[in-house]
Amino acid sequence: MSEKAFQRIYTKLTAITKATVTLEAQGVANDELAVVAGRLAQVVKIKDNAVTLQVFGGTEDIPTNAEVTFFGEPPTLNVSDELAGRFFNAYGEPIDGGPAVEGEKRQIGGPSVNPYKRRMPSELIPTGIAGIDLNNTLVSGQKIPFFADPDQPYNKVMSMVALRADVDKIILGGMGLSNDDYLFFKNEFESAGALHKIISFVNTTDQPPVERLLIPDMALTAAEYFAVDKNEKVLVLLTDMTLYADALSIVSNRMDQIPSKDSMPGSLYSDLAKIYEKAVQLPDGGSITIIAVTTLNDGDITHAIPDNTGYITEGQLFLRADADSGKVIVDPFRSLSRLKQHVQNKKTREDHSAVMNTSVRLYADASNAKTKLENGFDLSDYDLRCLDYAKEYATRLLAIDVNISIEEMLDTAWELFGKYFTKAETGLKESLIQKYWKGKE
Amino acid sequence: MKTTGKVTGIISNLVTVEVNGPVAQNEICFIDLGGTKLMAEVIKVNGNKASVQVYESTRGLQIGDPVEFQGYMLEVTLGPGLLSSNFDGLQNNLATMTGVFLKRGEYTKPLDENKLWDFTPIAKAGQQVIAADWLGEVKEGWLPHKIMLPFSFAGTYTVKSVAAAGQYKITDTIATLTNADGEEVKVNMMQKWPVKVAVGGYVEKPRPFKVMETGVRTIDTLNPIAEGGTGFIPGPFGCGKTVLQHALAEQADADIIIMAACGERANEVVEIFTEFPELKDKHTGRSLMERTIIICNTSNMPVAAREASVYTAMTLGEYYRAMGMKVLLLADSTSRWAQALREMSNRLEELPGQDGFPVDLSAIISNFYARAGYVKLNNGQSGSITFIGTVSPAGGNLKEPVTESTKKAARCFYGLSQNRADKKRYPAVDPVDSYSKYLEYPEIIEYLDNKIEKGWVDKVTKTKYIIRKGKDAYEQINILGDDGVPMSYHEQYWKSELIDFVILQQDAFDEIDGSTPLERQKFMLDLVLEICDRSFKFDNFEECTTYFKGLINICRQMNYSEFKSENFEKYLGQLKEELKHE
Repeated sequence: MSEKAFQRIYTKLTAITKATVTLEAQGVANDELAVVAGRLAQVVKIKDNAVTLQVFGGTEDIPTNAEVTFFGEPPTLNVSDELAGRFFNAYGEPIDGGPAVEGEKRQIGGPSVNPYKRRMPSELIPTGIAGIDLNNTLVSGQKIPFFADPDQPYNKVMSMVALRADVDKIILGGMGLSNDDYLFFKNEFESAGALHKIISFVNTTDQPPVERLLIPDMALTAAEYFAVDKNEKVLVLLTDMTLYADALSIVSNRMDQIPSKDSMPGSLYSDLAKIYEKAVQLPDGGSITIIAVTTLNDGDITHAIPDNTGYITEGQLFLRADADSGKVIVDPFRSLSRLKQHVQNKKTREDHSAVMNTSVRLYADASNAKTKLENGFDLSDYDLRCLDYAKEYATRLLAIDVNISIEEMLDTAWELFGKYFTKAETGLKESLIQKYWKGKE
Repeated sequence: MKTTGKVTGIISNLVTVEVNGPVAQNEICFIDLGGTKLMAEVIKVNGNKASVQVYESTRGLQIGDPVEFQGYMLEVTLGPGLLSSNFDGLQNNLATMTGVFLKRGEYTKPLDENKLWDFTPIAKAGQQVIAADWLGEVKEGWLPHKIMLPFSFAGTYTVKSVAAAGQYKITDTIATLTNADGEEVKVNMMQKWPVKVAVGGYVEKPRPFKVMETGVRTIDTLNPIAEGGTGFIPGPFGCGKTVLQHALAEQADADIIIMAACGERANEVVEIFTEFPELKDKHTGRSLMERTIIICNTSNMPVAAREASVYTAMTLGEYYRAMGMKVLLLADSTSRWAQALREMSNRLEELPGQDGFPVDLSAIISNFYARAGYVKLNNGQSGSITFIGTVSPAGGNLKEPVTESTKKAARCFYGLSQNRADKKRYPAVDPVDSYSKYLEYPEIIEYLDNKIEKGWVDKVTKTKYIIRKGKDAYEQINILGDDGVPMSYHEQYWKSELIDFVILQQDAFDEIDGSTPLERQKFMLDLVLEICDRSFKFDNFEECTTYFKGLINICRQMNYSEFKSENFEKYLGQLKEELKHE
């Protein structure tokens, strides 16, 4: 951060908590940035002359006579084409040994797009993964998180999706990434030869948690530069949003706010929405698509973080280990892409949505059969066929290691229908059956 | 002279202002941030300190910034040109804003003041009129838009003159009247009204006695909503709340649809912007946008304006109701509004109620729902606002303050079930838990007797009974096993499945199945009940399962075919054939 000519310097703190400091100061603006004992901080509350700052680096070791310098402006990022291929920390400073980025200085966390100026997301983003393309098709301009337990390979899946997606820029916002995961992403991007279109903002676990609060805004300010100014298709990866929300709760707790559900701040919904709603399809062709990760506690989606996220995002992709096939699958029951109907049957084959619904319904029948089996009841012939179908469906379509075209996915599904079921059992529209049915009459 | 003040405290969008004169609760003020005026509303006064909630981001605001109070509450402008518009929560016209991004402090006029309207007088010179009486009419597209004596006019007025038929701007005087004291007042086509105050202007509000057709079978057949009635749709995310709301907006038999997107996804609003102009209103053949007004405060727009957005929507609804229109108001989602209240209450350091919500939440919600209703106007005509709100319960748990408070206020409950959604049984409205209190109204029973057939409600009750019995049977089968229960249990279960698949489930995205007129709903229900009335003899449960699956399949093909078309009759024939060898 550059030094400015008329900086106001204070040296008397009146209160210190684990995340905030308070001092007497004048002429301070809300949201303004400051440096407290060499650490970046932001104004979060002003009452008369008492100014409270949230210190991103934590307040350990900060004395009451610490030097506080105000910047006179909120956090900013320099934006230009030079951002491409670079790695930054939460403050937008290079961590790859390269020079600072020259460019236009923009405030992060800026205003939202006028909904009337948006366009309807309608472009398919194929990933080769049937659990996504077939059942939960991604659309550019969409925002969707992976819901996954911490032991699921969500970062791997996310980098796979990112690298297969046909986009101009990929922006990684890493919050509380382990150093190993950070290096994994770096490696993946390098070995794919895609570094030139990647920009990373990373906060690792060895860095202070409150710093994370800056990451999404940094990543999205960069994204808006490429999408709005350059009309590019931008994919933003945010991992892990649960750690971001945890940082929010730390700050609100230190500010003595009354917590709502699961000790999260009452404003959690708005805080998350401000980030996710940056996903947009712009009129001039540019778009921002957000794929995030929300880690869960033992699959619990009723916790405030996944719950609020689910109400904001356009669906969610649920990863789970499938015992039958021994693979990690995209769970067809809990997963959903809300925008899929804008591309299914329109940008894909006419039978797409019907095949999707039928295959999932039959998979649900299989899960009923499994319950029966577990309860020690005899299975009917239909139940048995369902179970066989489920296993093959999971292996050949739901597993995340599948990489085929949507056409192939549909053909595979019809093949499974024909192999295990009668036409009536599928309940499909007759016109589709006539055209695509494979197998027994 | 206007009261002014200076900023003395800032926490997020709650700003404390030291004032130099009188201020009123809910009064609007503008905070001057280096030339940009930020709109705010007084929500608490203590001594000479007023706490105001700012409708914009407070970034950059400083202690000492000047504030000017306006002397009025948050109000909307009413007049011709509202229809087909897209407003934000404060009634700024989103279409006339410049730039891709929303600019702080940019306020646009809700109505076009240069447009000329074809005016026809209704009131005559010498006539006595009171507030909301019709003075004249302009054509707002297809809609005969009444120009009324403004709602804020108290007492009786005598019409002195009404403008002759011709073209006028909304700012032109169209009538001159004298009040009780003989003072002359001029009226143009525009009026303002504070959104948090209910609009009167009617003689009485009778109990709802008509059903509003929606084309959604699980609502119309099983739990119909009354015209002027209230309902709510709670459900966890991913259960199809939005799809159901859009279906209602597209198909409901209303003159005007007002959609308040309250703290929801921007892309859902874009969907309406994009699709509604293309879609045809099934009742009139006109484009859907011609009867729609959108109020949009999406989740990333300022939180304080979220509360305003539902009130703005309701006030516009009341305005059209006073013209004798049938209005359907949809708010998605009222939980976001409640959360906005919670955020403010929290920042004001009020003692929290349950889950941190303000203690008067229940009263605020009831008060709002009470503004809906069917009304008799002064001139003997009638108008209505039917209100359906969605609720997004945290974690899908219905035992939370917003759902519980809404349950007390709304008469129809359409609970979306995670279980049904997981099984892709859409719309996921739970047939057992959901209810419509209107089915108990004698007026409604009588209306349905005349509209559909005598004894219709008994049929509905019977249908619900079969569904409940089926659920019981299913539970027994699950506990005791397929072979552990008598054959009749399987039959009972599959009869309820027949109703579920053929009547309750509906493909919102299918051209034909998406919307079902009442006549067709009656036909299919009769058909299905006729099958349910039969008793079958199966040798084993698999035979029963296969047989019913066959029936369901044929009935679903019927649902996908045009009513009484060749295809439809063909499947009906097949069904009758199947039913011969039971």
